[in-house]
Amino acid sequence: MPETLLSVRGLEVAYGGIRAVKGIDLEVRGGELVALIGANGAGKTSTLKALSGLLRPAAGRIDYDGTEVTGKPAYHLVRQGLAMVPEGRGVFPRLTVAENLAMGAYVRNDKPAILRDLAHAYSLFPRLAERRSQLAGTLSGGEQQMLAMARALMCRPRLLLLDEPSMGLAPLMVQKIFETVRAVAAEGVTMLLVEQNAKLALETCHRGYVMESGSVVLADNAAALLRNPQVRQAYLGE
Amino acid sequence: MEIFAQQIVNGLVLGSIYALVALGYTMVYGILGLINFAHGDITMIGALVSLTLVQLLAAAGLPAPVVLGLAACGAMLVCAALGLSIERVAYRPLRRAPRLAPLITAIGVSILLQYSAALVWGKQYISLPSIIEPVRFTLFGAQMTLLQATIFLLACTIMGGLLWFIKASRMGRAMRATEQNPDVAGLMGVNTNTVIAFTFLLGSAIGAIAGLMVVLYYGIGHYFMGFMLGLKAFTAAVLGGIGNVAGAVLGGLLLGVIESLASGYIGDLTGGVLGSNYRDIFAFLVLVLVLVLRPSGLMGRHAGDRA
Repeated sequence: MPETLLSVRGLEVAYGGIRAVKGIDLEVRGGELVALIGANGAGKTSTLKALSGLLRPAAGRIDYDGTEVTGKPAYHLVRQGLAMVPEGRGVFPRLTVAENLAMGAYVRNDKPAILRDLAHAYSLFPRLAERRSQLAGTLSGGEQQMLAMARALMCRPRLLLLDEPSMGLAPLMVQKIFETVRAVAAEGVTMLLVEQNAKLALETCHRGYVMESGSVVLADNAAALLRNPQVRQAYLGE
Repeated sequence: MEIFAQQIVNGLVLGSIYALVALGYTMVYGILGLINFAHGDITMIGALVSLTLVQLLAAAGLPAPVVLGLAACGAMLVCAALGLSIERVAYRPLRRAPRLAPLITAIGVSILLQYSAALVWGKQYISLPSIIEPVRFTLFGAQMTLLQATIFLLACTIMGGLLWFIKASRMGRAMRATEQNPDVAGLMGVNTNTVIAFTFLLGSAIGAIAGLMVVLYYGIGHYFMGFMLGLKAFTAAVLGGIGNVAGAVLGGLLLGVIESLASGYIGDLTGGVLGSNYRDIFAFLVLVLVLVLRPSGLMGRHAGDRA
């Protein structure tokens, strides 16, 4: 069994006095594709924000790559290869596509390799190559999502956290984004994916966790979750 | 016509100093959404420090360019350290506080700087020893001194360099990214605290140069000089579109020219009732007009784009 890349124990996240995440455990092993699904407000995004260092956990422990990283800021974690594509994409609207990608490689200084990765990103997303000198704010939602993913890949992450990559996109674009997720996974990047589109997420991933009002209520193989009557009723609309 | 050309020249020189100070306001506003009302007083400290250094070094008999160069370096060092400390002590603890809190703090820091300067330098006007012989020449029918030309060209070089730095360097890109979305900049590996501190350092060092220029231009310094200078530079930043660096340059130059033209013609316009000592009216007339007619400024993003 591959080594554990990310391990979370008793994680709590609170806003003021309100606990959005109420002590969850989860684990991601090297090379895995793991889905975190659940309804709106279940605490998925808060969990990801705590894992990426954007929010300081109220309690619990996060281990990444064998060391404790609880409460470490995001700019520190990305240097260890833990990157996140935030909800709503978070492109820099008044930077060009090329500048956004350069920001993705901010922590690196191996210029030749960065240029190779940039060429690779453009080959993965030819649309971005066409628009490289356009301001990111002028791109369509789908193009912005591609840019956000390409940008996150520019730091050569070992673990990529993806928050709602399909949000607000047309069905065709959602298919395209998930094709990319699979392509990136095939390159050996481990991923933890938060999604409201539970069916697509579970069909793409190896394993899944189901969150409900701040707690993990189910954890299983993706195939098993897809067959689970509870999941089918609550999240797959059956 | 001669008055016109003369006032344009004077206005551009004065405006280039306003523009340098306006950069400090606009960069900090861009990245923090904070109007750093202490910035005018940082400029004042830069002016007084360079005055003192010029006095000491000139007394030691050093040649004028060396005196000015050392005075500029000294003032920049003091102001950069001051800007960094103010950010760390007064603003950073209030980063997540309601916006009124850092604004009031900025006014407090401004008063603190003024009266600290009054303690160190006294409340009287301090005059600059004459170290440069005025060299005059004529340009497009207007009289210009070598000092004016040097101030203008140096200011333009600094502004051009800064625009290039923000556009093309890694740090400049990080500054723009932090301005647009600090959380995501953090996800890219940017330590936003470092970027914000650097912004204060840069703005304060540029303010120090502006302070030295004011001292050279007017020949005097005073603990309260940062107040009016700061308000005018703030007006210039608003005129150009606060948060926009190129806008601050444009706003500063424009405000300098407006003010010079107005003070050149105010006597004729009012039939001799008001003299050129009422020149300060125009800066604030401009401020009021911009706020009423185009609050986002000449080059600003339209109001509402930023919460």
